[in-house]
Amino acid sequence: MSLLTRNVARCLIQVSSRNIHSTAALANPPTKPQQRVKCTLIPGDGVGPELIYSVQEVFKAADVPVDFEPFFLSEVNPALSAPLETVVESINRNKICLKGILATPDYSHTGELQTLNMKLRNELDLYANVVHVASLPGVKTRHQGIDAVVIREQTEGEYSAQEHETVPGVVECLKVVTEAKSLRIAKFAFDYAVKHNRKKVTAIHKANIMKLGDGLFLRSCEKMAKLYPRIQFEKMIVDNATMQLVSNPHQFDVMVTPNLYGNIIDNISSGLVGGAGVVSGASYSASHVVYEPGARHTFSEAVGKNIANPTAMLLCASKMLRHINLLHYSQQIYTAVNNVLKAGKVRTKDLGGNATTNEFTKAVILSLK
Amino acid sequence: MQATRFFKKLITPSGCVRNFASQTKKVTLIPGDGIGPEISAAVQKIFATAQVPIEWESVDVTPVRNPDGRFGIPQAAIDSVNRNKVGLKGPLMTPVGKGHRSLNLALRKEFDLYANVRPCRSLEGYKTLYDDVDVVTIRENTEGEYSGIEHEIVDGVVQSIKLITEEASKRVAEYAFQYAKENHRSKVTVVHKANIMRMSDGLFLRCCRETADKFPEIKFEERYLDTVCLNMVQDPRQYDVLVMPNLYGDILSDMCAGLVGGLGLTPSGNIGLGGALFESVHGTAPDIAGKDLANPTALLLSAVMMLRHMEMNDKADKIQKACFETIKEGKYLTGDLGGKAKCSEFTNAICEKLA
Amino acid sequence: MALAVRFAKQSTEKLSPLLRRNFCSAYELQHKNPIQKRIAAIPKAQYGGRHTVTMLPGGGIGLELSNYVREIFRYAGVPVDFEVIDIDPNSETNDDLDYAITSIKRNGVAIKGNIETKSEATGIISRNVALRNELDLFVNVLHCKSYPGVRSHHKDIDLIVVRQNTEGEYAMLEHESVRGVVESLKIITVEASERLSRFAFEYARKNGRKKVTTIHKANIMKLSDGCFLETSKRIAKEYPDIEHNNMIIDNTCMQLVAKPQQFDVLLTTNLYGSICTNVICGLVGGAGLYSGRNYGDHYAVFEPGTRNTGSSIAGKNICNPFAMLNASVDMLNHLGHTQHANAISTAIYETIVKDKIHTADLGGTASSTDCIQNVLKHLAAGQVSWKIALDSEEDESDFTFWRFA
Repeated sequence: MSLLTRNVARCLIQVSSRNIHSTAALANPPTKPQQRVKCTLIPGDGVGPELIYSVQEVFKAADVPVDFEPFFLSEVNPALSAPLETVVESINRNKICLKGILATPDYSHTGELQTLNMKLRNELDLYANVVHVASLPGVKTRHQGIDAVVIREQTEGEYSAQEHETVPGVVECLKVVTEAKSLRIAKFAFDYAVKHNRKKVTAIHKANIMKLGDGLFLRSCEKMAKLYPRIQFEKMIVDNATMQLVSNPHQFDVMVTPNLYGNIIDNISSGLVGGAGVVSGASYSASHVVYEPGARHTFSEAVGKNIANPTAMLLCASKMLRHINLLHYSQQIYTAVNNVLKAGKVRTKDLGGNATTNEFTKAVILSLK
Repeated sequence: MQATRFFKKLITPSGCVRNFASQTKKVTLIPGDGIGPEISAAVQKIFATAQVPIEWESVDVTPVRNPDGRFGIPQAAIDSVNRNKVGLKGPLMTPVGKGHRSLNLALRKEFDLYANVRPCRSLEGYKTLYDDVDVVTIRENTEGEYSGIEHEIVDGVVQSIKLITEEASKRVAEYAFQYAKENHRSKVTVVHKANIMRMSDGLFLRCCRETADKFPEIKFEERYLDTVCLNMVQDPRQYDVLVMPNLYGDILSDMCAGLVGGLGLTPSGNIGLGGALFESVHGTAPDIAGKDLANPTALLLSAVMMLRHMEMNDKADKIQKACFETIKEGKYLTGDLGGKAKCSEFTNAICEKLA
Repeated sequence: MALAVRFAKQSTEKLSPLLRRNFCSAYELQHKNPIQKRIAAIPKAQYGGRHTVTMLPGGGIGLELSNYVREIFRYAGVPVDFEVIDIDPNSETNDDLDYAITSIKRNGVAIKGNIETKSEATGIISRNVALRNELDLFVNVLHCKSYPGVRSHHKDIDLIVVRQNTEGEYAMLEHESVRGVVESLKIITVEASERLSRFAFEYARKNGRKKVTTIHKANIMKLSDGCFLETSKRIAKEYPDIEHNNMIIDNTCMQLVAKPQQFDVLLTTNLYGSICTNVICGLVGGAGLYSGRNYGDHYAVFEPGTRNTGSSIAGKNICNPFAMLNASVDMLNHLGHTQHANAISTAIYETIVKDKIHTADLGGTASSTDCIQNVLKHLAAGQVSWKIALDSEEDESDFTFWRFA
């Protein structure tokens, strides 16, 4: 229903704005841009390189004016990994990055508690992770018509990497919540909702148990909500939220969560719409964006088997093009992926087909217009 | 292992080993608030029909002012559970506002209920989007994120401590494997996030690994929390028994309940050193209280779990079968399952099957 | 009189909390806690290099102008997203305005046309003023630089007016003490004057300006304008590198029309600023070219320099779009997108100076869309590094693109 209202509202807005527009100025759309854009590229571990290859093929076919600056960054393979500083410097320069998933081993050899992913995020201050979970056409799932956005704080909370063993056999792990960061992510969520014509923001928390920590997060969200009188604000306890997600996911619009809960909600909702292979995401800082698949799985058991689904990565790339104002290309790739999925003839294994990654990529290229 | 043995010893009074059928056993009953009394009555009626050798000892847990001046559970209730070692509890109202802490929490502390068990199984006859769920979540219940140690370091920065101890982790891991063995489950999956929380979840993981070595007949696997979330909603069949720290358990158990149709259908048990408490985890539903509309299934299935715990498996199977069949037939479904029947009609239908 | 009071009372009852507060306590607002409001900083609305900016199209030609800005931004691929808020000019309540102010508070930056206030009741203050007061935008800056080739009376004018924006004659404290005698209060505070002077000198230093002239009428209004003058003199001592003098307003007007090149930065109170800006704009080519900037401690609002709605020419495709475009350039500079700002301002310059595409108010025959078309043409050829949007049909505030119909 909310989807319908949104679409109707959007049509009305468009119609009205078009009438007001003096159409003369729109008569000649410009030709293709002259410059090329640079983008940092981190293939990641597992099937990442295969997926990135697929993106590169599609970009080549569509003649997208984007040049990649590839870096191999990996925690499981430190010998081959590019130094973090170089990668950070490149992203700082390019402002945009397309990234596969980095595998994180359970135990680090050096006894370091921070993972490489966390370091990259902290270095660039990529505090907001946005995963847009929407049912795709032609992907058979139990629920249909899901359309929600999960916004996750990803620089503090449970992932503070501050752990210590007080006495043998007793480990303490600190969860740190700060007001500044909570306000920041809350504002991000509300701004996102305003920008994308969303109606409702739901804060996911566990403040009934963690009264101080999650309490602070919740209070920050409430405080921010007051600045957005036209966006509905709700709060929901995390365990209830997971239950509601699997039984009635349509009630959610934008969700804003602390770190760990966000990870859980991301993955549940990805599962609902077809798995890790079809959900795209992005991490924002004030001045950079890193596009990466929404559910973080390296799918390392499929390496070299040519069976991974490149949909998530292609959607990421399409979103990236949109962000840098290459709307035409963005739309082109997006429509192509959409059409291939809708036709349902070429499906990778995770969607119940037998097609290989290459075949899927080819199908997308063929349906580029 | 030791702990299991320990409380087994406690619930089997010396001298009458494993011969419950011939002897009536006392069980504490906490009817609870809202719809609690109705559904407790329904369970009592069904048990009476099935001739379960149990004597109910109903107690009231409305908080009273204790001698030390604080509000808390009445001593009589505590004594009763301590004496009987087994309890069945309906939903309790969580008081809004300050004053006394949540009763659930108080009971948990009082009886050292360290493990929370929730079997989630799709019911035939009540159609949800998932019809192939059969998982058991076992959750560490005393520490982890819910340790309650929090403080504000400087203005606007709150630090909350997640506490993992070897003792508690071992204890719950052992219970999980023991449960799997006794209930003929084939696999135990430990759910963790040790790639991020390398020390704390790492410790939990290590304890599970060590315990797994003692149970070679049970398959053991390790999964990241996010992977489980993702896979669970896609294909829940790949999981069997799940064991995990407090917060993850809280979230996953509710999610699994969501898969099979909500908290109104999922039983829950809390295993502790000082006894075991079985409960329905749904709300008190004050809007339909007293109208004979509530669904007693969750409490009934919890009671069935309790029977299994007391090793009255034959009775448990019988009641469970009757309950499932009644739901499958679909003639007497309560409002929450899309039917029109009253609580009493549903109860009678089960009783007829048992008689 | 009694009738008027009753009417005012009635209308305030209907007012939103914001204006009621302003109306009831305008006196307190100005006297007991003058102007400076301490506000907790709200995080900036900047995500992944893109800014969100509030856009208030306002009334009259505002709607057309803001659409031109959006069109050009899309075309130039400016990483800025607009949150457009329409304010219904006919509505008696101020819900829309309240929402607009909230929106500016959280976005920090806004671009606006002139907002109409239809109601004539004495109790209702102008919405533009309400906005400035509520956001504490204490300074208005107008930069006038003549475009060669535009029909004007003087060449090579390049001056800046820094105007007090929240107090002075515009305090709106008026009353009829006895029948036939109306008093209007003019408020000057040391605090606000000091803040303004400091801003002016800092601005001059930062932009390589040589001289600041304080405009006043202290020979007549010895206390109020005297206070303003004294304060600016005191602050000037802290900036020895910048020359400081003062001039009486009537003389200033005369000098402006006779020899405007002698001025550099003008520092004025509210009303004198209004006079000066209009005189200068008239000298260099009319109301349609220059943009004004309003700054507070936390917020910045950009608008066409002379505050006219131009309702009479709305919808006729003849208004001059450059004032609003220049405002958008100012905004981009403020946000730090200098590349885009330069590209757009170059395109504007080329259009006005080289191509001589002028609307009727500059003596030309071109339509508004002709101007925009020409600017777009220059942009397409220009060197903007962050990409050119191709599909200008797509609305940037619209995410349906990611959704399936």
